[in-house]
Amino acid sequence: MNAVQFEVVLLVVAVAAACAVPGVYLVLRRLALVGDAISHVLLFGIVVAYFLVRDLDSPWLMAGAALSGVLTVALVELLQRTGLMKEDAAIGLVFPALFAAGTLLASMYFRQTHLDVDQVLLGSAEQVYQTQRVYFGSVYVRQPTLIMIGMFAVNVGLVAVFYKELKLSTFDPALAAALGFLPGVLHYGLMTAVSLTTVAAFDAVGPVLVVAFLVVPAMTAYLLTDRLSRMLVLSVLIGAAAAVAGVMLAFRLDTNTAGTVAAVLGLVFGVVFLLAPGRGLLSQVLRRWRQRREFHVTMLAIHLHQHEGTPAEADEARADGLHRHLYWTPAEVAGVVARAERGGVVTRAGELLKLTDEGRRRAREVLGERPA
Amino acid sequence: MFADSLLSLILDPAVRPVALGTAALGAVTGAVGTFAVVRRQSLQGDAVSHAALPGVALAYLLGGRSEVVLVLGAAVTGWVAMALVSGVVRRSRVPFDAALAAALAVFFGLGLVLLTYLNKHVPGAATVRPQNYLFGQDAALMRASDLWPVLGLGGGAVLAVLLFWKEFKLLSFDPDFAASLGLPTRRLDLALTGLVVLAVVLGLQTVGVVLMSALIVAPAVAARQWSDRLGRVAVIAAVFGAVSGLAGTLLSHVLSGERATVPTGPTIVLVATGIALVSMLVAPRRGLVWRLRLTRPTPLAPSPTPP
Repeated sequence: MNAVQFEVVLLVVAVAAACAVPGVYLVLRRLALVGDAISHVLLFGIVVAYFLVRDLDSPWLMAGAALSGVLTVALVELLQRTGLMKEDAAIGLVFPALFAAGTLLASMYFRQTHLDVDQVLLGSAEQVYQTQRVYFGSVYVRQPTLIMIGMFAVNVGLVAVFYKELKLSTFDPALAAALGFLPGVLHYGLMTAVSLTTVAAFDAVGPVLVVAFLVVPAMTAYLLTDRLSRMLVLSVLIGAAAAVAGVMLAFRLDTNTAGTVAAVLGLVFGVVFLLAPGRGLLSQVLRRWRQRREFHVTMLAIHLHQHEGTPAEADEARADGLHRHLYWTPAEVAGVVARAERGGVVTRAGELLKLTDEGRRRAREVLGERPA
Repeated sequence: MFADSLLSLILDPAVRPVALGTAALGAVTGAVGTFAVVRRQSLQGDAVSHAALPGVALAYLLGGRSEVVLVLGAAVTGWVAMALVSGVVRRSRVPFDAALAAALAVFFGLGLVLLTYLNKHVPGAATVRPQNYLFGQDAALMRASDLWPVLGLGGGAVLAVLLFWKEFKLLSFDPDFAASLGLPTRRLDLALTGLVVLAVVLGLQTVGVVLMSALIVAPAVAARQWSDRLGRVAVIAAVFGAVSGLAGTLLSHVLSGERATVPTGPTIVLVATGIALVSMLVAPRRGLVWRLRLTRPTPLAPSPTPP
């Protein structure tokens, strides 16, 4: 890793960490698509702010962008309150309209201004070495990196101060409201934090990919833990790790940095989705497979128990005739009987299968009979 | 006077194919979008359009050069993304909205990586500019021959909706009942998603990634205010979609002057949004204006008790 690469890694890690914190609440509160809407509308805010101040370097552009994010949240809520449409439709109505208005304004009035579309939409983290240095003694940090680190600190600070309030209003909004936690204030506070974070990350990763930084680490952490505090820490760690790997890979492949990080985040989620202990697809399949095998043995025990001591037992309990009674294939029967023998559920008595005490107990338990 | 100039604009050979194409597109997205809105999956269109980007690049990488092949590639990855979302939601506790947002951004990132690679390593690929798919190409470049895929595939989508009307309707309103009747709900779900994908990719080049989602949502939301019956809502949505496409195209031509060319996508979306807002205000019984009239006296107000 050379110095240039290190600076890009540092910036993207800061972006990932700053986004991963509010992202947890977006995922848990089902607001992921509101985050998507906010990030899309930033362009509208920038264009309108530029319309007012006519200066591409003005900090007001970023203020306008952050405001437009909050405006989006308010408009979505307003439309939803009318009861004429559901939240998803309200989101789908608001942000394309604002985006269209922004594009229209830009195309009608700012033809001459150089608002580079690629740059604006796709992010340019790899150009961080061209930005201003901010010195602390003899070490320096690039300005965008410093802003992102500041944003991360602000987000962590907010979560630390309002941890209890956010937690309760996330998991039990009704109780939170009853206790006087002002859910509206918390909601808008959170959305303002998301808006500011997205704005800060705008130059580095662009408005579309920031959604991956917000949602994917939190979503992945959600599959790994049941504790909010752990989910927050894991989310930041996953985001940061994917950022390092993604940036290095992007340099290797000589391609778009933020896009590669988003793809790596997707890959990480895919792996966790497949392999997560207890909740992953693999353990789900294994659990189902094991339950299926258990169930077969139990069925065999019940079958034998039903005919135990009856005249039919001589036919019903014959190992080589079971496939006719249980409608399994002979091969399946052989497997189930072998497992039942190993598990101490049945024993062989010549041609016949006999239940052990354990097998009888199991059959009775399932049938709801009292133990003899 | 105004009507005259409007008529001459419609008859202008440069405008006519675009206006017709966007009107057809609007009709298709309106009809298909009705189901997305009713099923509370309005933002499917948004995710599909973003997820189509790697498909365009992949199709190009594999040697596809014609418009139809690129659109097909877009449809494939858009559909794969939606299938993954549905799989993740079914097999884990990740909520639908998070999975959708994640698929959107991850596929878009993948698309950017592939496009950057194309631009750097495949000669002549610089013509596949990402902006064409982000904002929609200048619709002025649309030729009459570009109309046929929209009309053909769009017509196919509408035909599919008509053929499976009963099944799609049941799936939208009571999926559990549909499953209990033995309908293949998962396959129907994927088919309905496939129709949304088809409608979205048809409009990508004209309207662009971000604005395409509005053509799925806005006409359906507008139509929903005018009727409680799914059939009527779908038909009204198709009409509103067609009107948005037509009026939006004309508006962009009217606004374009010597100073600037106004892209078609934003004007179409703004017209569609305008129709939705007006519908919300004035639609009989549901509209906000109508409600103001009804709320005097409020039905819930305690009636004056006799002494």
